Amino acid sequence: MTPFIRIQNISKKFGKLLAVDDVSFNLERGELFSLLGPSGCGKTTLLRMLAGFEKPSEGYIEIDGQDMANVDPADRPVNIMFQSYALFPHMSVSNNIAYGLKRASLPSDEIKARVEELLRLVHLSGMGARKPSTLSGGQRQRVALARALARRPKLLLLDEPLAALDKKLRSETQFELVNIQEQLGTTFIVVTHDQEEAMTLSTRIGVMDNGKLVQTGTPNEIYEKPETRFVADFVGDISFLEATVIQRAGKYWLMKAATLIHATGSSTLTSGMKVSLAIRPEKITLTSQPTGQLNEFPVEIEDWAFYGAGTQYKVIGPDGIKLKVYQSHNQPSQANPRQLETGFVHFSPDATFILEG
Amino acid sequence: MRSTVPLLVKLLAIAGFGILYIPVMMMMIYSFNRGKLVSVWAGFSTKWYKELWYDDVLLTALYKSLLIGFSSATISTIFGLLIAIAFVRFAHFRGRLFLSLVASAPLVMPEAVTGLSMLLLFIAMEASFGWPSGRGVDTIMIAHATFGMCFAAVVIQTRLRDMDKSLEEAARDLGGRQPFVFLSIILPLILPSIIAAWLLSFTLSFDDLVIASFVSGPGSSTLPIVIFSKIRLGVSPEINAIATLMILTISALVMIGSFLVLRRDGKK
Repeated sequence: MTPFIRIQNISKKFGKLLAVDDVSFNLERGELFSLLGPSGCGKTTLLRMLAGFEKPSEGYIEIDGQDMANVDPADRPVNIMFQSYALFPHMSVSNNIAYGLKRASLPSDEIKARVEELLRLVHLSGMGARKPSTLSGGQRQRVALARALARRPKLLLLDEPLAALDKKLRSETQFELVNIQEQLGTTFIVVTHDQEEAMTLSTRIGVMDNGKLVQTGTPNEIYEKPETRFVADFVGDISFLEATVIQRAGKYWLMKAATLIHATGSSTLTSGMKVSLAIRPEKITLTSQPTGQLNEFPVEIEDWAFYGAGTQYKVIGPDGIKLKVYQSHNQPSQANPRQLETGFVHFSPDATFILEG
Repeated sequence: MRSTVPLLVKLLAIAGFGILYIPVMMMMIYSFNRGKLVSVWAGFSTKWYKELWYDDVLLTALYKSLLIGFSSATISTIFGLLIAIAFVRFAHFRGRLFLSLVASAPLVMPEAVTGLSMLLLFIAMEASFGWPSGRGVDTIMIAHATFGMCFAAVVIQTRLRDMDKSLEEAARDLGGRQPFVFLSIILPLILPSIIAAWLLSFTLSFDDLVIASFVSGPGSSTLPIVIFSKIRLGVSPEINAIATLMILTISALVMIGSFLVLRRDGKK
């Protein structure tokens, strides 16, 4: 069976600049896919090619079996929600939502009913007569969403949908967006530079760097099994230890990074190989006394930051190796770790991963 | 809230506005002078305004000025809009720099130069293909439209450039096609600037003496030309009266124009 959306070897050149470099991926119907990457990585250009505002220099895009190469933006079964929302300021909320429906020349009572239905969907019933300038940021975002959904697109593109909202509103809107997506079953592609947003929203994430799609996978896979150093570093917090493989030790590998460390690794490793050992801050435990566990060594606490639900430490181990450690405040009677100046860290070999080279 | 502007600044402001507006006020006051001498007050009267009403030469000139103003402002605005769209919407095209120079040159060109070159053009045109035959209302109209267009282009361009480009893309994305996208989205949003451009072109045309003197012919004298020739024969309070009316009309138009522009800015 052919996939619902097929993006095949898409490249885009602006003069000499290669903005999107040979990107391919497929989407199933009803997926919520995030394109995640730093600004300037080509994700917005890719989105604009899907919407039809830019022509790919190479490759092709297929939506529901239909080649999009020569299809005008007006005729694509694709709608886009702009980062600025791009609401028409001179039109009421209802007329904004109805704009696309009127172009489809539907009978006026049908348009009216559809607009009402969409206003209900985004919890803006009764606001139809208002002008966008009288709405709050969150309300405008919902009008933009309703307008983009009005023509029942097969694919909805969202360009940084939450970037203009404040933090509290963002997390509420995030869940709302997922709700609406599940309710309608529309396929969504969300462009974002915010890894947290990508994690919470999507069923799958594609991480982009420098025009290339470097890894796709579920949020869990991207976080727990990053394939490159860039992905590991960009998604979530992480510490890297430069290590040399010594030998196989039971189910783990023994390696040397200032101190001896047991780590998981594939069987392709050989003795003497140089690798980057990566570990997430929350997988490391900080204690005041040694516990005798595997991978334990003494550290000096250089700095810490209190986050409410937890505390983030910067610690320095033997030979100056630097680690980030996150301790969640899940124990009611924990000794105040802020007092510590030195301590011990340990982590499970299973919590590490190896990025070769 | 009490303002904390230093006294010196206040005095300078008052002096500045005084220099600008006291002469105008004087002129307005003397338009109600009963006597025939402009500089001697002889009691209040509105007789000069009545006399104005019966002065056929002035009324004909006023009619011509209005006709030229309306038509040249309309032509200026249409062409100015097209120039503005070319500059803002198309980043690269052949001759862009040339067009931008050509379109802004009349803004800084001395009016006498514009007027003379227009006159030479019209004479050459008449000699080679017989149109326009002689100078008259139509030649003034063309000349005014030509330089008004440049001002209109500048005014509209500013507004068009400020417009979020994704508005147009959103309209296309929702199934809109040109020219419908232009009419339903862009035009309503830049309408205040279009009106402001029209009013500015109209005012420039209505005020113009120099260019009109070059390209007018017999029987096509505009109001400024008639006033200027009357002054050479001796100033009468009648001139004050018509000048007062012109100032009131033009300030009203300028105020409407700036109000439209400011209202848009305030919304953003």
